[in-house]
Amino acid sequence: MKEIIDLTAFQVVLAYIFVLIVLAIVRIRGIGREKEIFISSVRMTLQLILAGYILVYIFNNPSPWLTLLVILLMESFAVYTVLKRFINQLNRCFKIVIAISMGIGTLTCLIYFLLIVIRISPWYDPQYFIPIAGMFIGNTMTGISLGVKFLLEGMTNQRALVEEALILGATPQSASKSIINSTFEAAIMPTINSMVGMGIVFLPGMMTGQILSGTLPTTAIAYQIAIMFGILGAVALSVILMLQLGYRTFFNQESQLILP
Amino acid sequence: MQAVFEFIDVKFKNILDLPEMLIERNKITTLLGPSGSGKTTTLRLLNKMLSPTSGRILFNNIDLSTINSISHRRQVTMLSQNPAMFAGTIRDNLIIGLKLQSKPIPDDHVLNTVLEHIKLEKTLDNPVQNLSGGEKQRLALGRVLLLDPEVYLLDEPSSALDDATEEIIIAMVTNHVREKEKTLVMVTHSHVIAEKYSDAIITIANGRCSIRRDN
Repeated sequence: MKEIIDLTAFQVVLAYIFVLIVLAIVRIRGIGREKEIFISSVRMTLQLILAGYILVYIFNNPSPWLTLLVILLMESFAVYTVLKRFINQLNRCFKIVIAISMGIGTLTCLIYFLLIVIRISPWYDPQYFIPIAGMFIGNTMTGISLGVKFLLEGMTNQRALVEEALILGATPQSASKSIINSTFEAAIMPTINSMVGMGIVFLPGMMTGQILSGTLPTTAIAYQIAIMFGILGAVALSVILMLQLGYRTFFNQESQLILP
Repeated sequence: MQAVFEFIDVKFKNILDLPEMLIERNKITTLLGPSGSGKTTTLRLLNKMLSPTSGRILFNNIDLSTINSISHRRQVTMLSQNPAMFAGTIRDNLIIGLKLQSKPIPDDHVLNTVLEHIKLEKTLDNPVQNLSGGEKQRLALGRVLLLDPEVYLLDEPSSALDDATEEIIIAMVTNHVREKEKTLVMVTHSHVIAEKYSDAIITIANGRCSIRRDN
C-alpha cells in the first residue's frame, strides 16, 4: 500500500475553490446566503485546525484524565446542541432525561466496543477512544434529536388519543405505546438507511480515511462493519432510554397528561 | 342515602367552586347547566382526569387524592363529548378499552350484541373513518359499556344524535344502569331527558353553586 500524500497548506487553500464556486452561484442567483457560507467555511477550517493541534497534543501525552475530559466535553456539547434545538419546548425533567440517556447509551456501547470488541490497550488510548467516541456521540445526537422531535410532535398531535386511552383506564405507558414505537423507528431509521447504502451508494468516511492513510481495505471494512453495529447499538440504546424515561415527563403523578 | 361521591369545598382554577355536592350510589344523576358552567370539568374531576386546585372529593368515603388514578378510572369510566377514535375498524375501537385494561376480549357474538344495543348498523370490520359523528359517539358509548365500570360518567352522550335516536340510546343506557345496579352521572343539555330519566338533577350555574333536586 502507498503512504498517504501529505497535504500542504497551499493544497488545502486550493480546495477553497469549491467554496468560491458556491459563493458565485449564490451571488449570481441572488440567494443571499454569502455571509453564512463564508462564515461556515472559515469556522469549520478554524475548528478543525484547533481540533488537529489538540489531538496531536493528546496523542503525544496520553492520559486517562485527558481522554475522559474530551469525552465529557463531547457529550456535553452534543446534549447542549440537542437542547438548543428544542428551546422552550422541554421541561426540566425531560432535559435531564436527554442528558442521562445520551450519556448511558453512548458510554455503555463505547466501553463494550473499545474494551471487548477492539480490545485497546491502554483502555484510554486516545487514538482509538476519541475518534470512535466522536462517531458514536455524533450519530446518537442525530437519533436523539429526531426522537425528541417525534415524541413532542406525537404527544401534541395525538393528544386526544392519549387522553382517550387514559380515560378508558390505560396506564401512561400503554397510552403512549404507539407514539413511543413509531418514534423509535423514525429515530433509528437514518442509521439503518446508511447501513443499507454502505459499500454500494457510498464508502463511509472512516473507511475512506483508513484506506487513504494506507490501511488495507479489508481491515478498513472490518472496522467499518464493527463500528456501524456499535453506532446502531449506541443510537438505539440512547433513544429507547430517552423514550422510556421521557414519556413519563408528559404525565403527572395522577397519570394526567401535562404538555409543556 | 349512600353517597358515591361527595364534594367538600372543591375549587378548580377559576372554573369551578363547589362548596358541597353529593352523588348517590346506584342512582342516575344528571348535571344540567349552561355551556361553560363547569359540567365537563366536574366529570373530569370525578374520574381523576383533573384534580381539584383545593378542597376534597370523597369516593365511597375515601379521599380521591389517595386512590390510584388508573384503578379509579377503571371503576369510574367516562365517555367524553367528542371521543377520539383509534385507527382501525369498529372492532378495534370497541375492544380498545378492554385491551388497555388487559381484560379478556369477548367473541364477535358479544361485540355484535353491543352494536345492536347502540343501534349501529355496521359490521365489526368497517373502518371507523367512514362513520358519522353520531355513529362515532355511539361506538364510543359501546366501548364504555363493554368495560362494565361501577360508575358511568357520560358527557352529553347524545349531543350528535337526532331526537329519535337520542331517546332510544338514553333509554338503553339508563335501563342497563338500573338493571346492573350501577351509578350513572350524565351531563346533558336537555331538560326533557333529565326530567324523564334521572333520579336527581344537579344544576351547576357559572361553576359557582350546585342546586340538587330529587326527581
